[in-house]
Amino acid sequence: MSAHFSRRTLLGLVGAGAGAYLLSACSGDGDSADPDGPQTIDWWHIQNAEPMLPVWAAMAQEYKTAHPNVTVEIQPLENEAFKSKLTTATQAGSPPDLFQSWGGGVLRQQAEAGLVKDITDDVQSWVGNLLPLSLEPYTIDGKIYGVPFDIGMVGFWYNKDLFAKAQITEPPTTWAGLLDTVRKLKAAGIVPIALAGKEKWPAHFYWAYLSMRIGGLGALQQAAKDKNFDTPDFVAAGDRLKELVDLQPFQKGFLGAEYGSPDGQAATMGNGGAALELMGQWAPAVQSSSSTSKKGIGDKLGFFPFPAVDGGKGSASEVFGGGNGFAVGKDAPAATLDFLKALLTADNQRRAAKTGAVLPTVKEATDAIADVNNKTVAQALASATGFQLYLDQAYPPAVGQQVNDSVAELIAGNKTSAQIVKDITSVAKSQ
Amino acid sequence: MTRPSTVPDARRGDPATAPPGLGTAQRRGRRPRRGRRGTLAVFLTPALALFLLLVIAPIAVASYASLYKWNGFGLPENFIGLDNYTRAFGDPTFRGDLWRALVLVVLSLTIQLPVALGLAMLLNQPLKGRSVYRLVFFAPYVLSEVTTAVLFNLVFSPNRGLGDTIAQWLGADAGTIFADPDTVLFAVFMIVSWKYFGLYMMLFLAARQGIPRELHEAATTDGAGSWQAFRHVTLPLLGPTIRISIFLSVIGTIQLFDMVWVLTGGGPIHASETMAVTMFQFGFRRFEVGYASAISIVMFLLSLVFALIYQRVVMRRDTEGALTNQGDHR
Repeated sequence: MSAHFSRRTLLGLVGAGAGAYLLSACSGDGDSADPDGPQTIDWWHIQNAEPMLPVWAAMAQEYKTAHPNVTVEIQPLENEAFKSKLTTATQAGSPPDLFQSWGGGVLRQQAEAGLVKDITDDVQSWVGNLLPLSLEPYTIDGKIYGVPFDIGMVGFWYNKDLFAKAQITEPPTTWAGLLDTVRKLKAAGIVPIALAGKEKWPAHFYWAYLSMRIGGLGALQQAAKDKNFDTPDFVAAGDRLKELVDLQPFQKGFLGAEYGSPDGQAATMGNGGAALELMGQWAPAVQSSSSTSKKGIGDKLGFFPFPAVDGGKGSASEVFGGGNGFAVGKDAPAATLDFLKALLTADNQRRAAKTGAVLPTVKEATDAIADVNNKTVAQALASATGFQLYLDQAYPPAVGQQVNDSVAELIAGNKTSAQIVKDITSVAKSQ
Repeated sequence: MTRPSTVPDARRGDPATAPPGLGTAQRRGRRPRRGRRGTLAVFLTPALALFLLLVIAPIAVASYASLYKWNGFGLPENFIGLDNYTRAFGDPTFRGDLWRALVLVVLSLTIQLPVALGLAMLLNQPLKGRSVYRLVFFAPYVLSEVTTAVLFNLVFSPNRGLGDTIAQWLGADAGTIFADPDTVLFAVFMIVSWKYFGLYMMLFLAARQGIPRELHEAATTDGAGSWQAFRHVTLPLLGPTIRISIFLSVIGTIQLFDMVWVLTGGGPIHASETMAVTMFQFGFRRFEVGYASAISIVMFLLSLVFALIYQRVVMRRDTEGALTNQGDHR
């Protein structure tokens, strides 16, 4: 009996010891309230490749030189890897001090769980330098939980040469015009549209934009609030998308295609294999880097906003998009906010803008946009009359993912537009 | 590393190690002493602690979480009983997962294992360059699942991949096998088989070589043809290996994740989704941790029930003397 008892005690001790060790490992360090004390900022960003990777590193190094008491530990992560890693960290209750955020529904969940800091007061003195539009996704119930460093929008990128070959002189401005363009391209033997069907988010752009054009801006927010997508406008959006899909406009094997891989959506565009793609402001950069020549199609690339839909309540000047920003973890040391401010000075935003991979959110820095394509997007954004964040970011994650799944099912042809709004509604109601 | 050096010594009957070791074990087996318990505690504690912490605790936590509607942040508070389980069995995707698991198991048992067995028999023959074949067939098993998946994504890349190019020469179209809901599951099965048949081939080959030559000689002397010798001598003696191969194959199929995740992400439209992929989608994409936990518990129970029944019913005679004896001694 005594041996039995002692074994248990031993086990208990081991368990308690392991637990205590894990707990202490979780609590982190540098949690000092004194902004001048030694502290470590744990920073996760997703610019894990050229051109932004070295720029962030240089900015962090400069900050460290100016503030010897601060250490910045950078973890550059690939987009998908970041999402998985952050999920585990936040579920364990220990988010990094400064990390990538797209704002919207995910940030709201993090805020409601108390994982991110309300930084409204801390940034009040300088947040006015930013484009108000860009701050919207990071403002939740009037409080600011993150700061964007990049803002952009989704629109059609097109290959001017292929358009000329199909004798299309003007980019379409209406949905009917777009369908016509697709027909002409097909008739000329050109693949009209590149689409990454394996990753579902690129396809959801179509449905979301159509919903905005048909139901008007705010229809998407209202639907999320009412938890009801089963309205004639959303069904109509699906029907319009179906019209496009029925033309079979996409490249071979698009349902299995990724976005950024060497045979994916961006590469198909960058290699001149398709005439159009509906994508965000980063499209030219990814087209180049994933194309065979590493140069993309250069100045043959053009941009036009998502066309209007006849009889729709929305206008073509309302934009759908989003940006990148940083949220501050609940246990972040005091210097984190000062560091964030340093990352978003006009000078540092100009440096980021010069890479061509970032569209600055600091108004003063927009003069540094050198890239022609970026300038086009910046102008479209500047004249935008309304803004809607990506649905898979704006909505609670389960609803956003259901939108992506459902649109994929619509495109693959095994669900109708009336069925998918029911599916999305039922998930929204379950939240 | 220690095995090859000590086992032959023991067999040779090294007086310094083998006999005394056996002797003490027998003596102590009869009359347990306090010292033996102490030793047991010392040796078992680290393993038990790890087992509790990394196996039992997660199972307990997942079972607990599966009864809640929980997004993973903070503590689970919204108790919903078995709703997550009823939801899973009403969800077309999850029911599809079960169906696809069944399809994959049937395909594995009817194609993958017989092919591996056939190749093993072939490579047991005196064949020129036999060891080269063995090496080549076993090589895919050495690759990680992710590497394999990336490799085949490149091979069957539309218009650019080697597989698609060759298929186009032959007048076929292989560039869409991962993009077509009708073919994707079979394509995934082919690649899983490509990766794992080498392992089963090696197992069968090793077992085949463990069959004493005399048995076949005797059968031949008695007038058995090569098929009869295979059917009545080889196959029964390969029984234990075949049974454990089926076991590994089924359990592996229930838990299939990495390969599918990288190859297709479960798509298009869930046509290649497995239980583990669905679980990941809900746990890490939709933040429905309670529901994802319920799915993982179902996976666990399926594996457990299958393993128990299979061990009890099918592998009983293979494990006799190893597992069942312990029960007798107690």
